[in-house]
Amino acid sequence: MSAYVDQFPAEARIVRAAFWSSFIALGVGGLLGLVQVLHRTDVVRFMSGADYYTVLTLHGVLLAITFTIFFLVGIFTWAITTSLDRGLENLRFTWLWYGLMSVGTVLAAIPILAGFVGSVDMSASVLFTFYAPMQAHPLFYLGLTIFVVGTWLAGADWFRTWLVWKREHPDERIPLPTFMVLTTMLFWYLSSLGVALSILLFLLPWSLGIWEQVNALLTRTLFWYFGHAVVYFWLMPAYMMWYLMLPKISGGKLFSDPLARVVFVLFLILSTPTGIHHQYLDPGIAEGFKFIVMTNTFFLLLPSLLTAFTVVASMEHGARQRGGTGYFGWLKALPWRDPIFTGMALAGLMFAAAGFSGMINAGMNINYLVHNTFWVVGHFHLTVGTAVALTFMAASYWFIPQVTGKRLWNKSVALWQVLLWFVGMTFMSNAMHRAGLLGVPRRTAEPQYAGFEFEAGLGSVAELDAQIALGGTLLFVSVVLFLANVVMTAVGDRIDDLPDNEYADTLSGADDAPLVLDNLKLWTAIAVVLVILAYTLPLLSIIDRGGVFGPGGGAFPMVAESLRLVVVAAVDAGVIG
Amino acid sequence: MNIHTYEKLWLAAAMVLIVGFIATITYGSVGVGVAMIDDSEATLDPNDLGEDERFAEPRVEHVGDNEYEAYVVARQFIFQPNPIEVPAGSTVTFYVTSADVIHSFSIVGTNANTMVIPGEVATMTVEIDEPGEYGILCNEYCGAGHHDMEGLLIVHPEDEFDLEGEE
Repeated sequence: MSAYVDQFPAEARIVRAAFWSSFIALGVGGLLGLVQVLHRTDVVRFMSGADYYTVLTLHGVLLAITFTIFFLVGIFTWAITTSLDRGLENLRFTWLWYGLMSVGTVLAAIPILAGFVGSVDMSASVLFTFYAPMQAHPLFYLGLTIFVVGTWLAGADWFRTWLVWKREHPDERIPLPTFMVLTTMLFWYLSSLGVALSILLFLLPWSLGIWEQVNALLTRTLFWYFGHAVVYFWLMPAYMMWYLMLPKISGGKLFSDPLARVVFVLFLILSTPTGIHHQYLDPGIAEGFKFIVMTNTFFLLLPSLLTAFTVVASMEHGARQRGGTGYFGWLKALPWRDPIFTGMALAGLMFAAAGFSGMINAGMNINYLVHNTFWVVGHFHLTVGTAVALTFMAASYWFIPQVTGKRLWNKSVALWQVLLWFVGMTFMSNAMHRAGLLGVPRRTAEPQYAGFEFEAGLGSVAELDAQIALGGTLLFVSVVLFLANVVMTAVGDRIDDLPDNEYADTLSGADDAPLVLDNLKLWTAIAVVLVILAYTLPLLSIIDRGGVFGPGGGAFPMVAESLRLVVVAAVDAGVIG
Repeated sequence: MNIHTYEKLWLAAAMVLIVGFIATITYGSVGVGVAMIDDSEATLDPNDLGEDERFAEPRVEHVGDNEYEAYVVARQFIFQPNPIEVPAGSTVTFYVTSADVIHSFSIVGTNANTMVIPGEVATMTVEIDEPGEYGILCNEYCGAGHHDMEGLLIVHPEDEFDLEGEE
């Protein structure tokens, strides 16, 4: 055994490239987060309210899409190659998908950035959800499409590697890390189909002037068909780290391989047929459909609750191996001075809190109270913003030395960094949840109104704002410390005594898992059937009510007129359409 | 498959929790009667609101004893009518549609909250008890002036309320 960079030098390059792309997005996105938090709370305002939405769009896209997905293609590549113990089949193909993802990101970012420049007639301040009939520049939709196609090819690369391995190892179980990657990619294919259809059939042609109108409810429903599953696309790599790395770093073994497989299968089949729970308050969707989705959503709690058990049990096992004793005394035996462990453990703890606020969101009729309020922002800064982001940062302290062959620059700074994230997020997220209960809206540049004020039962709005501004500032400092640490690590000298590239062994191994768990065709088929059951009737009903292109209404574009005119002229001349 | 006893117990407890949550929400729907925003209203063309009998003139109408209907149009970046005035102790059904992009109609500090989607009419029936003034805001990003989009719901004491144009 040796470090990953020595085992797979060519693959380590691609993982490094993916990580750096991810970290650039984290740095820019984090800075924009600081700008927003200070603007919203009226601590520092140096831009117009309109520019706030451009900043928010970029913050959302860079952190929710670019940072997360570039990081996960890095660790998925690591997981496939390490657990199958073979390189990728064709590295040119691998660089192709990495290139497509990069080009897509840049293309989408251009029109967003142009929103800052008044003289450029181009913009895409449509936020991460790009709800029609707000219309972005065609480059924005095109960039997103190219990015998603890049991820599809990445999946194909991993599947191909696995299939070749399978031919050589016909009687072996799929190694757990590979199993996690494959199940995650399967639901990613299934769910991203929705947003691909929405963009390619409707939004992109509409932004080019080929269609005059689109159905706002239909495109929104197709977005959420993808929009909930995408959160599991971010979360599954974090789960993978909790299952594969956390037990090892705790000093023990993963409690149960079979239940880890069950959890990933449950996410494969339940991630997508739940998207309508983002539309509980949408007119045009019948109550019955909302009820079905509500029950699906609550059953999706099951894999997360199982994960909580397995992860804590694995940590306890590790602690007892290290000499921990007692009902709770074992907690003291955990390696709390290790930033990798502490970051992941704190991320898991915050995810438990996020689970509870998520249950409120999922409660169909309780959702009225919190829908689109600041509560929701507090919720997803605990999920994607901590369970995922903090786990990724903590995992980086293990991965960066593995893929660069260099020693982590400063372990104490790393420990402070993960602690600072935890403290900053505690302030910010808790105050956001509370502000949401007062009715403070999300996605609003200046939630200070002329005609009324928010009434705080406990504390005051000023106190909440202060906590949010403080928390946001600490989070930004944490990002800076993280980036400084990984950059300083990367510029350091190569060393030879890196730990081996390994992941956790299991107490109950794959032999205990029924063979049917590895039947990916079966689980995919069930996932497809559930999606058909959950979505056919709502989609048909939306089309039946409003028509494929909606009952009317114009586009509200922020679009470069010149490009639009060229296409309109082409349509008129019969060149297109 | 080999499942540890504690894990079986945890699994059972998790299922009880999940079923319990679903039962709570079901009780909220069936027992308490919190209805969801649904698809009961036909679609309309947002460009033709001027010819729609309900939305050409956004207003409040008295339709029964203590019952009122409010026809509300949300557009970049206002609510019409504004303010919305109703008496305390009444039942008000809001019909809300959009003239342009997606908005929300959210009465601050209450659970009266709906998305407003062009082409669709959101309906929501609300029991209004206490006199006072309630803020209304849009909580869905709708463009550069989103943060200026606000309205007011004025609930008058029952004996002081007169709807304009009524005997």
